[in-house]
Amino acid sequence: MCGIVGLHLREPSLYPQLGALLTDMLAQMCDRGPDSAGMAIYGDRTWSPEGESTVSLLDCPIPAVDLAATLSSTLDTTITGLDLNPTAILHGVVGAEDLAAAVRSLVPTARVIGFGEDLTVLKGVGNPVDLANRFGLPAATGWQGVAHTRMATESAVTAEGSHPFSVGPDECLVHNGSFSNHMSIKHQLERDGVVFDSANDTEVGARFVAKQLAEGVDLEKALLMLNETFDGFYTLLVSTADSFAVVRDAISCKPAVIAETDQWVAMASEYRALANLPGVDNARIFEPEPEEVYVWHR
Amino acid sequence: MAPVATTEATVLDLASSSTRTVNERLTSPEAPRTVTVTGPQGAHALACGLDSDIDVTIEGHVGYYCAGMNQQATVTVTGNAGVGVAENMMSGTVRVKGDASQSAGATAHGGLLVIDGNAAARCGISMKGVDIVVGGNIGHMSAFMGQAGRLVVLGDAGEALGDSLYEARIYVRGTVASLGADCIKKEMRDEHLTELRELLDQAGFDADPSEFTRYGSARQLYNFHVDNASAY
Repeated sequence: MCGIVGLHLREPSLYPQLGALLTDMLAQMCDRGPDSAGMAIYGDRTWSPEGESTVSLLDCPIPAVDLAATLSSTLDTTITGLDLNPTAILHGVVGAEDLAAAVRSLVPTARVIGFGEDLTVLKGVGNPVDLANRFGLPAATGWQGVAHTRMATESAVTAEGSHPFSVGPDECLVHNGSFSNHMSIKHQLERDGVVFDSANDTEVGARFVAKQLAEGVDLEKALLMLNETFDGFYTLLVSTADSFAVVRDAISCKPAVIAETDQWVAMASEYRALANLPGVDNARIFEPEPEEVYVWHR
Repeated sequence: MAPVATTEATVLDLASSSTRTVNERLTSPEAPRTVTVTGPQGAHALACGLDSDIDVTIEGHVGYYCAGMNQQATVTVTGNAGVGVAENMMSGTVRVKGDASQSAGATAHGGLLVIDGNAAARCGISMKGVDIVVGGNIGHMSAFMGQAGRLVVLGDAGEALGDSLYEARIYVRGTVASLGADCIKKEMRDEHLTELRELLDQAGFDADPSEFTRYGSARQLYNFHVDNASAY
């Protein structure tokens, strides 16, 4: 099934509650995907300090602190490392892509699962709420967060297979469903020079969107292009440094509910994930239409 | 011991009771005649399998399969309903004051389902005798493989309305994005205006039946053709 939750805060006074609200939303979606989970937070200044770049890593073969020490001398700037088991985070005053490239060069067996100015991505295998607590998600702050509880269908249950797939700077894509023509699209993207990390169908969607964004297409147009290109079942929640978007396939058998107030926009697979949000009683609650792209900007 | 019917209104709060406890109370022979259920918070399978003439109001939004398999009972949801509201209903009345998600009234055999707001995709899929009245719009593939009953839509219908329809009748006041295979526009005769008037009155909608268009099966997809009877 898979469960999606996402929260885009408009009201800055709610920023300190982002992690707590997102954890509560995630808890309601555990039984849609109990095998693994991932979450992404935009703007937590512990994990992603202002003015620095952050890289999130899985399968880091050495302690993050040791990797950070080596990177500090390689890059000639202070890099800080945090182990959040199994995810590791590195941040410092250096370009996000440069930091990611340096990490890949030093520990080629580790996998970069997110990078950007504001974004921290956390993934793991196991009960989603246990993972969220282990990562410290309830204490996280920021202006936007997305999370996913996974019931694996297209590839193995691994932390790498967890969503969100974050393959461009400050970008995240989470998916409920499966793409049916992802192999042919993947081959075309590979011919265009795109490199893949996994055999996961969702990664193809994320790479497709990232490629369009990198070429200057806006998020709404990129998702319209995705609609035209991908077959299969999908409800997608896509976030960038300044946007929060929802799109579904033409059949729309995968569920989605959106709630919107002046203070926030939230999306989830089911209403019960939204039921405890502050002010939800006065929210506009609706189900997104098939193949319509919904985008909110900061 | 004979069942004891409670005549006073009873409030069951899901903030302090489980869905199972509430459903057991509603389906027990001693169920109160009038019940208000509070704090649903999108819970699944609320008020399912009811089989007595009780009146249940659920205050708030419900999750999947609310009032499924209903018989005799009147269930009102004051908020939105998730996937499959009143699925396989046999009789009674289910009313959703907000919007309903996919597959509202799926495979329902009888009774009346009223949705004041919009219903999403596949409303009335495989309907087998239920009457469904929707105040707003319905999504794509509604009444797919509908076999019996009536679907009334005061707003617009999405793509592929009535695809592979058998004998269910469809009345739409607004626009239809497209008709599914074997679904055609049909003449509104007096008996249809009368039938529609009755359905609108039952559902509590003030609308003029003459503004609606009737759709039904062209009966081209049936496997059995009487001309071929001698072959059997």
